[in-house]
Amino acid sequence: MSVVVNGLAQPEAPRPGQCLRGYLREQGHQAVKKGCDAGDCGACSVLLDGRPVHSCLVPAVRAEGREVTTAAGLGTPDDLHPVQRRFAEAAGFQCGFCTAGFVVTAAGIGCGGGGCDRHDLDRRFKGNLCRCTGYRSVRDALTGVANVEQLGGFGRSTPAPAGRRVVTGREPYTLDIDGDVEHPGLPVRHVKLLRSPHAHARIVRVDTTRAEALPGVRLVLTHRDSPDVLYSTARHESRLDDPDDTRLFDDVVRFHGQRVAAVVADDAATAERAVALIEVDYEPLPAVFDPALARLPGAPALHADKDPTASRIADPARNLVAATHGEVGDVAAGLAAAAARVRGTWTTPRITHGALETHGARAWVDADGRLVVRTSTQVPYLVRDELAHLFGLGPGRVRVIAARVGGGFGGKQELLVEDVVALATLRLAEAGEPAAVQLELTREEQFTAVPCRHPMRVAVEVGADADGVLTALHVDVLSDTGAYGNHGPGVMFHGVHESVAVYRCANKRVDAEAVYTNNLPSGAFRGYGLGQVVFAIESALDELARDLGLSAYELRRRNVVVPGDEFVVNGPAGTDLEFGSYGLDQCLDLVERALARDAGDPAPAGWAVGEGMALSMIATIPPRGHHAAASVTLAPDGAVTVRAGTAEFGNGTATVHVQLVAEELGCAPDRVTLLASDTDRSGYDSGAFGSTGSVVAGVAVAAAARAVRERLLELAGGGVPTSDGVRRPDGSLVRFAELLEAPLTADGSHDGRRRSVAFNVHGVRVAVDRGTGEVRVLRSVQAVDAGVVINPEQLRGQVEGGVGQALGSALLEEMLVADGEVLTRGFRGYRMPQLADLPVTEVLFADTVDALGPRGAKSMSEAPFNPVAPAVANAVRDAIGVRPHKLPMTRDRVWRLVHDSGLSPLSPASRLLEDA
Amino acid sequence: MDLVEVTDHRWARTRADLRLAPGERLLGGGTWLFSEPQPGTTGLVDLTTMEWPAWEALPGGGLRIAATCTIEELQAVPGAVLGGAARVVHACADALLMSFKVAAWATVGGNLCLALPAAAMVSLTAGLGGEVVVWTPDGGERREPVASFVTGPGSTTLAPGEVLRAVDLPAAALAARTAFRRTSLARLGRSAAVVVGRANAAGTTLTLTAATPRPVVLAFPGTPPWVEVDEAVRAITDWYADPHGAPDWRRAMTRRLAAEVLAELGDVTPPWTGGTA
Repeated sequence: MSVVVNGLAQPEAPRPGQCLRGYLREQGHQAVKKGCDAGDCGACSVLLDGRPVHSCLVPAVRAEGREVTTAAGLGTPDDLHPVQRRFAEAAGFQCGFCTAGFVVTAAGIGCGGGGCDRHDLDRRFKGNLCRCTGYRSVRDALTGVANVEQLGGFGRSTPAPAGRRVVTGREPYTLDIDGDVEHPGLPVRHVKLLRSPHAHARIVRVDTTRAEALPGVRLVLTHRDSPDVLYSTARHESRLDDPDDTRLFDDVVRFHGQRVAAVVADDAATAERAVALIEVDYEPLPAVFDPALARLPGAPALHADKDPTASRIADPARNLVAATHGEVGDVAAGLAAAAARVRGTWTTPRITHGALETHGARAWVDADGRLVVRTSTQVPYLVRDELAHLFGLGPGRVRVIAARVGGGFGGKQELLVEDVVALATLRLAEAGEPAAVQLELTREEQFTAVPCRHPMRVAVEVGADADGVLTALHVDVLSDTGAYGNHGPGVMFHGVHESVAVYRCANKRVDAEAVYTNNLPSGAFRGYGLGQVVFAIESALDELARDLGLSAYELRRRNVVVPGDEFVVNGPAGTDLEFGSYGLDQCLDLVERALARDAGDPAPAGWAVGEGMALSMIATIPPRGHHAAASVTLAPDGAVTVRAGTAEFGNGTATVHVQLVAEELGCAPDRVTLLASDTDRSGYDSGAFGSTGSVVAGVAVAAAARAVRERLLELAGGGVPTSDGVRRPDGSLVRFAELLEAPLTADGSHDGRRRSVAFNVHGVRVAVDRGTGEVRVLRSVQAVDAGVVINPEQLRGQVEGGVGQALGSALLEEMLVADGEVLTRGFRGYRMPQLADLPVTEVLFADTVDALGPRGAKSMSEAPFNPVAPAVANAVRDAIGVRPHKLPMTRDRVWRLVHDSGLSPLSPASRLLEDA
Repeated sequence: MDLVEVTDHRWARTRADLRLAPGERLLGGGTWLFSEPQPGTTGLVDLTTMEWPAWEALPGGGLRIAATCTIEELQAVPGAVLGGAARVVHACADALLMSFKVAAWATVGGNLCLALPAAAMVSLTAGLGGEVVVWTPDGGERREPVASFVTGPGSTTLAPGEVLRAVDLPAAALAARTAFRRTSLARLGRSAAVVVGRANAAGTTLTLTAATPRPVVLAFPGTPPWVEVDEAVRAITDWYADPHGAPDWRRAMTRRLAAEVLAELGDVTPPWTGGTA
């Protein structure tokens, strides 16, 4: 009995021990995604005899004689299933990696007709996780609300170009590869990694004999095979931004979970079995896990073997990766003169990015002998350049391709799998056994072996005079960068930059240090350090406003920077940041009014209610240059092709680029095809980080389109371009074919050197059950200053997604680590928000026009995250009278705040219960 | 996920088929077994073909739930069969972190054998005074209360070669008044504290799970005052710690939930609302 998939009997039978997901993907059914492989996320949902299942949990042999339907079997881009149409029309996805699973589940419970039962969505979809959207648009899709405008141009809610492919499971992600097309003739080999069981140890012996002897094993790589090159997994425009402290495989391991060896085999199962056969003797070394202890004399120095200058480590002897200490004015005098002063220390935990697509890459050597790497990355060009550096190849000898990326959030601004597949591919080619080599991380590896968000301890002391004007601000940050310094300096400097610079204050001091420990490395995470520091500063200011008897909004209004001010942190003001526009005043007003206008859901009887707000500022572009080159080609038949280097990972830049070109050329968006994120097909791009997809790459794309338009109008002798040709002033239409003998191409570029600022203000009203510690968000509002809005629905989605992720960090999420070992190893042990966990957030736009961004727009991808946690903390403080200092504000922590403060009883009987 | 060391899958049809060779494991729904790597497991013996009826009415009014009964099948047992326990059956099924898509495959027996503190089928069957029916390797059978069958997080009294066949719920428990309360750190998250109560003329029983490493059964004659129940809860010293809640909070929540369950069983208002208890 064979397995029937989408109506076709499969030629091969499943193997014992194989799960249905593994079988289906092996048979080429790429609509079935691997998100967790443990039954928690629902990305692999399929219908089995018409009923939805998580295919990763179903023994594949049980599908024999039964019918499987994937998202691809439900509908096609030209003939969508009703549920698929709803997801497309609602814009119910961003990266789209979870979408096929949502579609299948909804179709399986009969949401195709009148939509799902809106009252039962929370329960029915608790097994489908989405990290991008914050679920509002998913809810819309499930209940049949349409949000896109099919004919929309610039400023309209144009749908994502990939939408119909995403909802039908046909959009190819990183590992959805047709090998016969991409690397014909090459077999695919699979890599599994051996990881360190010690937090700090020297490898004294590795014996790979038994692993190599296992049939099907092609290659085993250890530190003996590592290029003698130090590098960083973090990628920036300048490779000098991050310390060179990492080897591909090292003979010293510095965290539990670090790579020790790799096995390359004919299939992943063989590779995994062989990994268990590698024998390693370790000499354990003293380890340090507390960053405060790590910088004290006598602590084990993790990178004492490195040259501080060559590796760019501030002080290896003290485990110091980076530090800043500086003061402007006189903080002591400012505090002494203050009428009110607040001090406190706030901490934030490790959190995981939670992108549904894990890190993965496949590499091969092409017919020209060049190394090709297809990988899930936000930064294909930076990966290309670093691979070239690492393996001593000219940049022209490496090609990096990113397909649609299944979520990033900063986690894919790193080189975490590409180096391994590249080394393996090159070695196999040298050995005369050319192959394509693939490495796909497991969800457990996403938790335990790749970087998380930097945990920080932030002490703040702030004073103000009786009018609420700040007299002094002192911020002291300790950032745990873990075993390697990737992104450690950048996150630290960025964290204390816009958070401090947004306030005008004559006396400021910032002390910040990023410190090595034997913990899992920390890395880039949405907000890039700002969220952690903003949590502390905005909490302290909230307390200060209380002490002064001022509203939280008023205190901000009296102290925030306004155009004309300098951006000051703890030294001379920076010169590359400017007010290209200013909407912070509007954002403050919008949120204050929105909360006053509508209190949101009613609070349950007996619960304490509170309101809170917080603000944040962010530079629209990372410092020290961000480059993009793009080209636009108009064919004589009117087809437009855009080539841009930046990657689409759910941030929506693909839509924005199409809109910008359609606007310049006066054509319908569906005439525009985008070729992106392939180092062979477009000009250089620093990559999709720092929210640059619109404001840097978008400017380059718009410039290229404008150049095409100008040339076209020159040829036509004036008029306006349309989808079909140029409309002359006299009303006649000249078709493109009459004007162009060959395709017309123009280039555009942008260096991102001038940078503007964007603002976010978040406000919430919460109810707190003092007896249980439960915090319920009754109302959530965020006002954003994103300049001219290119695509309202997409911008709303970016804001909601950032808010949703931030609410997770504020209330639910925390990676637990004991002696360097991560204990939260899967989604079931880690509370990533489900549909049931997130409230709807009202999103409001300030009305500004930016002087630097494309057509007046500003970036708005990571920023919405930053003010959310402090707004919630301030509301909890307002409700219960005790200030939270630690994230996440889980029920047990909030309950303890109430309980320990003696404020818990609501009635005599309950006092008895609590005090007994 | 793929279980990489597994090379054999056989379908069990008779009791003799359940004798395991080295490396073999019993496969129920598979929803846990396939959710984690299983080093050392080379063969799977599939229980689904034993074709045990999902549930059977027992002489005397009790209910037998097969180890292979899925959570979904349990939810479909007619209300008339479940009696007063119907609400707590559905509440426990909903308390599971898993999706309904997983509940269609996950089995009651698997949940019991996994024996996690948050195992909602342990909450249910211990809470209703259930007994496991275990097939012993000598061809015999033994019975044991669920509350003692589960000995700690992930551990039971199952000896090598033993097979969990079913769990029997007594008629008296099905006929009793029942109440259920749970809490977790996230709204539909993994349970951090669960209290199942049942009461009839003979007495009142509260069963605590999720907050304690193994089920704790508190039995009282008649209807006890809540102070007495609270004293019994407070006397418990072993509270569970994991990422789903701190032990001090779990203790406090269990006290609250116990008071609420007691109040519901006695049809009175819980103490902290200024009510009558």
